[in-house]
Amino acid sequence: MKNAWQRMWRTCFGDPVRAFGVVSLLLLMLLLIAPAKNHFSEWRRYQKQYLALTANRGDAVTLQRHLHEHDGIQQIWLPQIGVVDRCTTCHVGLKEASLADVTIQPFRRHPVIPHTLDQYGCVMCHRGQGPATTVEEAHRSTLAWEQPILPARYVQSSCGQCHRVPLTGTPQLNLGRKMLARYGCVHCHTIKLPDGSSIKPTDDPPSLEHLADKTTREWIYAWLKNPQGYAVTATMPNFKLSDPDARDISAFLIASSTPIPGDTAPVGGSEKMPDPVAGASLYGESFCASCHAVQNAAGNIVGGDVGPELTRVGNKVKPEWLQVWLRNPRVYDPGTAMPHYRFSDPQVLLLTAFLGNKADSDLLTDVHLDAATPEQIAHGKLLVTEYGCASCHEINGIKKPDNFAPDLTRIGSKPLTQIIFLPGMAHAIPDYIAGKIRQPRSFGAALKMPQFSLAPAQIDALTTALLAFTDRAHDLPMALTVPARPASDYLPAGKAGQLMADLACFSCHAINGHGGDMAPDLTWEGSSVQRPWLQAFLKNPGTLRPALIRRMPKFNLSDDDAKELTDYIMTVYQTPTFDRDAMPLSGYPPAQVEQGRQLFYSKYACQSCHIVDTKADKGYIGPTLTQVGSRLNAAWIYHWLKDPQTMRPGTIEPNRNMNDEDDRAVTAFLMAQKGSSKQEAKK
Amino acid sequence: MKVTIRWRIFFAIALLFISVGCTSKPEPASALKPTGFGATLVESSGGKQLGATGMVLADPLVVQVNDEQGTAVAGALVEFTGPSGVIFDPASGLTDSSGQLSTAVALGGIAGRYQLSAHTATKSHKPAELKIQELALEYQQQVGFQLDNKYCARCHNPESTPERVSNYDNLEVKPHLFTEGDTLNKMTDAELIAIISHGGPALNKSALMPPYGYTLSKTEIEALISYIRLVSDPPYQAPGTVYARK
Repeated sequence: MKNAWQRMWRTCFGDPVRAFGVVSLLLLMLLLIAPAKNHFSEWRRYQKQYLALTANRGDAVTLQRHLHEHDGIQQIWLPQIGVVDRCTTCHVGLKEASLADVTIQPFRRHPVIPHTLDQYGCVMCHRGQGPATTVEEAHRSTLAWEQPILPARYVQSSCGQCHRVPLTGTPQLNLGRKMLARYGCVHCHTIKLPDGSSIKPTDDPPSLEHLADKTTREWIYAWLKNPQGYAVTATMPNFKLSDPDARDISAFLIASSTPIPGDTAPVGGSEKMPDPVAGASLYGESFCASCHAVQNAAGNIVGGDVGPELTRVGNKVKPEWLQVWLRNPRVYDPGTAMPHYRFSDPQVLLLTAFLGNKADSDLLTDVHLDAATPEQIAHGKLLVTEYGCASCHEINGIKKPDNFAPDLTRIGSKPLTQIIFLPGMAHAIPDYIAGKIRQPRSFGAALKMPQFSLAPAQIDALTTALLAFTDRAHDLPMALTVPARPASDYLPAGKAGQLMADLACFSCHAINGHGGDMAPDLTWEGSSVQRPWLQAFLKNPGTLRPALIRRMPKFNLSDDDAKELTDYIMTVYQTPTFDRDAMPLSGYPPAQVEQGRQLFYSKYACQSCHIVDTKADKGYIGPTLTQVGSRLNAAWIYHWLKDPQTMRPGTIEPNRNMNDEDDRAVTAFLMAQKGSSKQEAKK
Repeated sequence: MKVTIRWRIFFAIALLFISVGCTSKPEPASALKPTGFGATLVESSGGKQLGATGMVLADPLVVQVNDEQGTAVAGALVEFTGPSGVIFDPASGLTDSSGQLSTAVALGGIAGRYQLSAHTATKSHKPAELKIQELALEYQQQVGFQLDNKYCARCHNPESTPERVSNYDNLEVKPHLFTEGDTLNKMTDAELIAIISHGGPALNKSALMPPYGYTLSKTEIEALISYIRLVSDPPYQAPGTVYARK
């Protein structure tokens, strides 16, 4: 054996020339490794496969020329946003529209989006390691690169890094953002936006300061144990409290409650409660269902989600409290979204009886609580502090905690080393966030985050919204971002302002950027409508859009209040672009009116959406126009017809690009539709 | 000679290991033991949804197992399958007391129709199958879908929702539903752009269809057409060379 080695050594390195030759040969072989690695690289294999794939296609020559123009390693370099992408080295067909039928990766074309590849590259949206040239390194997390490719189900989060306004094409992101505010996430978690503002909650958790007047301890106990057992749409999460903990918290909440300040005298003549069924029509007339939902026998939720679900409200509230609330909700909660309806005492009784009857006899049968001991109350107070109840609710004797839960401002870029993953969970941020929302307590029994009852699509939406809060989103140059419209806190002043707050106009209507979107924007209402109509409408709102289920309720306003509001709206809410009195309200020549009629029915076919003649027309989309001449100003109609979207952004009436003559004629025709108020009231 | 025998033994052992490794590869055997067997599978809800590519559909897919008499069967094992890229959560499970099983469906990354199926074993061990169809939309089609919801569906869709009451039944000239492939597939993209931008009279059709060219942008109209082409039934075939599929 030893001889063989010696012989080999002598053969190779026996004399200097031979040794030099052998060493050179070895070096040459070593040098060959680099070109060989290059030659057999993954991306070359993909480019060859692409050539083979496209060879049989009709446009093979064009496709292959595109590749040959850019073969080798491709790179998109955008120093301003810190993007170095080599994805297009393997994904060679991204820009080829004709590859729509190719389903195998990496050769699919990219779906049409509003941005081009050269503008933003790939990792801006898809994340992953841009400079990598192997599949493994580019798509998965490696020791040197934590962030793997973002799963397609969360890809809309990337739009949210730059776009702070809701986009038409990103419903999932929009829903997630809405939910962050609506489900109260931001009561406990702070989320600062890159512009320095914070997300504000849009839910309105009730104050618990006078809770004992409103409900019973038994109901509180049942609610704490399982909020969704009382109302399936309840957004209050389940804190998974033990029986003694729920008992003690309910004891503390009742013990800490103070009486409602202000007028709580019972409604007179309440010796005999009215028939519960009798209130149904008043409930319907008052359009309670625009804001409150009820679960029907089939299990469907019917109604709006502004106020709480009322399916079992009779189990919850005390009749005395309900009377106080219905008479004037602001006595109990000055900031409530519920309008002050100005119901008469018999009406209050009718509704109290009707709502009190909405109860489930089984809900509280199993709840038996003994009188609370001082120890239980003290323990309840401790629990209320520990669980951060005061982050959402006002509670007597407990201060609202600051930063109760971790800050989520940069959650989308949280370093993986700071995260404790569950066994079996993929080590990636999206999986962590989704897992945490789905089952927060699975990360540790001692964690305080409660269990939300969300559908899988809602969990994905929330995860998407949270994933948008990345370091990149915070560090982007401002010029590249699409900033959110600054939030408006507009509130009208004076007596009319107080009246509008009392009637909670902003729960449904928006004015100057502030308010709800259930009803029309009223920013320019004063230019739009005629004074007598507005005053009469406020007193007794008629139906403008017969097909709508949600309508303006009757608030039983006094003449003075209606006049006060009318004066304010007519004076303040005017558009600066035209004078509402620039055109006469009547007296248009019959020829012009007739020409307008022709145009209305033939050229512009307005009857597909509107009704002028209640017998012939069947357009139930837009407002009924039978008496539009007594409702709207001529100048408003004229400008509206010119360009509806500038008068009320987002309206669905299409811009017809009318010429001036047509516009004036149609305006004349519409102004001739004076109707009769009786006809309107009947509808 | 000695060496070759040793090699043979080595190979034999290696082969044994390989074969054992192959056969004992853990089958994803479901730990669920069905306690009930039905005869038919019916869809309760969640079919025919439109979702974004790769994303979870808004509503879960709910199927129900019934026996021969049509009564719900609890504890029946249902398995969901679909084309590659479709994720079911859970992919299989036992029906609850009302005979139903609900699963969250995430569609694959390619836009188009997805044929999903649910299976259950019957008493006679013959599997019962239920086919469910869902649609996945790309970004552009998603935009088109939103625009359809806002502007078009009030006339072009006879179904009403609480937020959007349909006016279809009231119109003298009935608009085409976007799913009417037999009619709409015959129209070119240029014709669709013309009728959306300039209204019905542009193609000698009813003036009840107003022009949207001054309301919607060119990109929005293209998005709308892309959406119309996707939902069309029978499916729309783009004109031009049909390439051999690989």
